[in-house]
Amino acid sequence: MIKVEALIRPQKLEDVKSALSDIGIKGLTVTEVRGSGKQKGYTQHYRGAEYTVNLLQKLKIEIVVKDDDAQEVAQTIVKAARTGEIGDGKIFLIPVAEVIRIRTGEEGDAALS
Amino acid sequence: MAARNHRTWQTFALTSLLLLLGRSAFAQDATASKIDTGDTAWMLTSSALVLFMTPGLALFYGGMVRGRNILNMLMKSFIAISVVTVLWILIGYSLAFAPGNAFIGGFGWLGLKDVGLGVNADYSATFPHQVHMIYQLMFAIITPALISGAVAERMKFSTYVVFIALWSLLVYAPLAHMVWGLAGTKGFLGDKGSLDFAGGTVVHISSGMSALVMAVLLGKRRHTGDARPHNLPMTLIGTGILWFGWFGFNAGSAGASGSLAASAFVVTHIAAATAGLSWVLVEWIAYKKPTALGFASGAVAGLVAITPASGFVGPIAALIIGAVVSPICFTAIKMKSKLGYDDTLDVFGVHGVGGTLGALLTGVFCSKLINPLGADASMDQLGKQALGVGVAIVYSIVVTFILGSILKATMGLRVSEEDEIVGLDLSEHGESGYAEPASGANTLEPEGFGH
Repeated sequence: MIKVEALIRPQKLEDVKSALSDIGIKGLTVTEVRGSGKQKGYTQHYRGAEYTVNLLQKLKIEIVVKDDDAQEVAQTIVKAARTGEIGDGKIFLIPVAEVIRIRTGEEGDAALS
Repeated sequence: MAARNHRTWQTFALTSLLLLLGRSAFAQDATASKIDTGDTAWMLTSSALVLFMTPGLALFYGGMVRGRNILNMLMKSFIAISVVTVLWILIGYSLAFAPGNAFIGGFGWLGLKDVGLGVNADYSATFPHQVHMIYQLMFAIITPALISGAVAERMKFSTYVVFIALWSLLVYAPLAHMVWGLAGTKGFLGDKGSLDFAGGTVVHISSGMSALVMAVLLGKRRHTGDARPHNLPMTLIGTGILWFGWFGFNAGSAGASGSLAASAFVVTHIAAATAGLSWVLVEWIAYKKPTALGFASGAVAGLVAITPASGFVGPIAALIIGAVVSPICFTAIKMKSKLGYDDTLDVFGVHGVGGTLGALLTGVFCSKLINPLGADASMDQLGKQALGVGVAIVYSIVVTFILGSILKATMGLRVSEEDEIVGLDLSEHGESGYAEPASGANTLEPEGFGH
């Protein structure tokens, strides 16, 4: 099992959700996060006082899938979340040791379907 | 309503009786006959308008602080309504307006003794004396509340309440008397011919200078790495309310409903609109962006600057005053970081500097064509304006410094570092302005495209 962890632009969430839905992915977790990378921040002025914002708002999407599905899910997110500008985000694929569905106690792939 | 009907009935009965007796005229009691319903209606309306400025100020300031201090910021305005009202009824109005000497009123009107529903020859020739009292109260309320912007996010609420109570009696009342006192011995600044139509010296210079003193006595806020305003829409709503209420502040200062009130109303609006524009233009040049906070700051600076001039100058003068006040206040605010004091919401930069500029420019633009009781522009008049400005500056700085220092040594001015970090809403009031944890930080920035 693989956890697909994607950091994306907040305004791309709807596109990513609907693209994932089209390939049958319903279960996902979304978290508001802030981070910095190659994307520069921006400067604000309040009555002349300058504030530079370099931790930018992103969304983290986490999806755990069977090993065979991971690539398709990752590519779907890449397509849906891309603008081509710096700041589009990253995707990490992380091995998952075990999955347990709390309601039934099912384990492994059975807990994912 | 019942009383009014009763009175109408009485008048009707009296009229009928006199007509029956073949008399063409009838006499009302001497006091009532002088009351002008138009003037009374306008002054009551203006009183309500000026009161509304204090909640407006609360929102104006509230939006600029961090979310963990929002209720404390609002309360520092709202509590002034209560504290100053109680004091005004008992002592303040008498000290400001009762017959006294050239510097302060006497004790003749303590507890509103002799302040009745008839006219007062000095202050309210055509409306009830109590209307003048309540109208002036609204000014006395907002003036100390203005100072709260300089002490934001760190001053103890208890000390603040004691401070505004004493300040309203020791600074505001004497200054109001010096400028506007007419009963008995005239206030000495008014007597010298220093013009202040609606409170450039009494309200804005006094609060602006005192704000600077308190900011210095308090010291800087801690942990201001990200002290950006938490809710600028709130600040803009406050700006709108202030602008709206300011028509009562300035046009009501005509003390009558008529051409002078109309003139003051018009120039007030012109100065505010022009100053909002000129502030935004300055920012556009300096930072390539016209900001909402800049517009709000400019509009208020324009309202401040036109306040002393409003009943003495014409529309083009208002345009000029509005155009010049913003660049000057903007520059004054920029100096803050260089000089190192933490006048948190720029009360000195906007009210102190804007009020001083407006009071001086009154001497440059005033004309007897606008107000026959005023003066014509001259070097002599400019000198009189400078006298008023100088006295207001020195008096407010000295008394506020003494008062602030005594409170610092006794009650203490600041909350603890821990309370400041937690936020004054929780530490001073035991509540939160927002349902989310009162961290107050702006947790989310809008996402931008980098290059």
